Amino acid sequence: MVSAQVIYDRNGVLVVRSGDVVAKAHRPGRATGPEFARRAEIAASLPELFCAPLSPPLDVEGRTVTLERYGTPVDPFDPPWEDAARLLAALHAVPVPKDTPPFGRPTRVARAVSRLGDGEVADAVRRAFAVLPAWVRGDAPVPVVKHECLLHGDFHLGQLVRAGEGGTWRMIDVEDIGCGDPAWDLARLAALFAAGILPPEAWGRFLYAYREAGGVAVPPDEGSEWTVLDVPSRALVVQIAATSLRLAAEEGRDLAPEETGLVAACVRIADLPELP
Amino acid sequence: MHCPKCHGYMRTYNRSGVQIEQCDNCRGVFLDYGELEALGRMEAGYHAAPPPPAWGHHGGHHHGHHGHHGGLFHALFTT
Repeated sequence: MVSAQVIYDRNGVLVVRSGDVVAKAHRPGRATGPEFARRAEIAASLPELFCAPLSPPLDVEGRTVTLERYGTPVDPFDPPWEDAARLLAALHAVPVPKDTPPFGRPTRVARAVSRLGDGEVADAVRRAFAVLPAWVRGDAPVPVVKHECLLHGDFHLGQLVRAGEGGTWRMIDVEDIGCGDPAWDLARLAALFAAGILPPEAWGRFLYAYREAGGVAVPPDEGSEWTVLDVPSRALVVQIAATSLRLAAEEGRDLAPEETGLVAACVRIADLPELP
Repeated sequence: MHCPKCHGYMRTYNRSGVQIEQCDNCRGVFLDYGELEALGRMEAGYHAAPPPPAWGHHGGHHHGHHGHHGGLFHALFTT
């Protein structure tokens, strides 16, 4: 008899821990085929950056299951901003491996908006979505990226773990690894800062450390970051706002002040000229 | 001490632990050995809060000052 505990069960993703090993059942229809296998291989080839699946993906009753070593997650009260930044800068400096699948478009934005309910607040989020570039909405081909990098594709603080106490941080969740514009890996933190949710000190520490580590996603001059982070962070504001509205509706509660701040940012985005 | 340039009176200031002599008359500044380097190190360690984009939240109050356990905990930590 093996004892196991559920550590994540949301949006069709189930993660179960047993001792030092976690098993992740991916969302049905996700993380399949040779592209996912290649992503897992790439992560495994970068052990200083990724806590990669321990073996090739398994097919269990039609769903992809991966096994990983258990890692300690981030303490929400003390996020390792500098380490997170250095990991990303190092990832973006890796020569793009052969046969890396493209990052493509950030598909979660349109998906989150498509799941919005009715109402004025949801309409505000939809209006902000409508002025995002057509390719982000899925209505135009993905533009050619001048300097393609290897990127994580869905970076946030839940994607960091460390092996044991005092171990070094590694990234998990390899299913969005791709080659593309590395600015998308900074988009979520940039969006939360821009919307007034992530304190300036936290964003400043992260961004400063990213530049210090030679991160190529943003130009080197302080303040110039929005030339490349503007579109990705607008997109993530829309995505997080849409996700928040859905969660609030599911939980039958009012919006928290932070969520109202996100909707306010959507209103301001909707007032901007439409992006090409 | 007196200013080597105009012989005015030099007043001592403390700027974040670095002693600086400034002339009351011509405003000239005198730095002791190592003080210029100390100021340079302070400058390197200082980075101002970065600005938000034009559409971002402007003004002092940030929504997320209650730890990260507000309504957007999920946004920092989950997909």
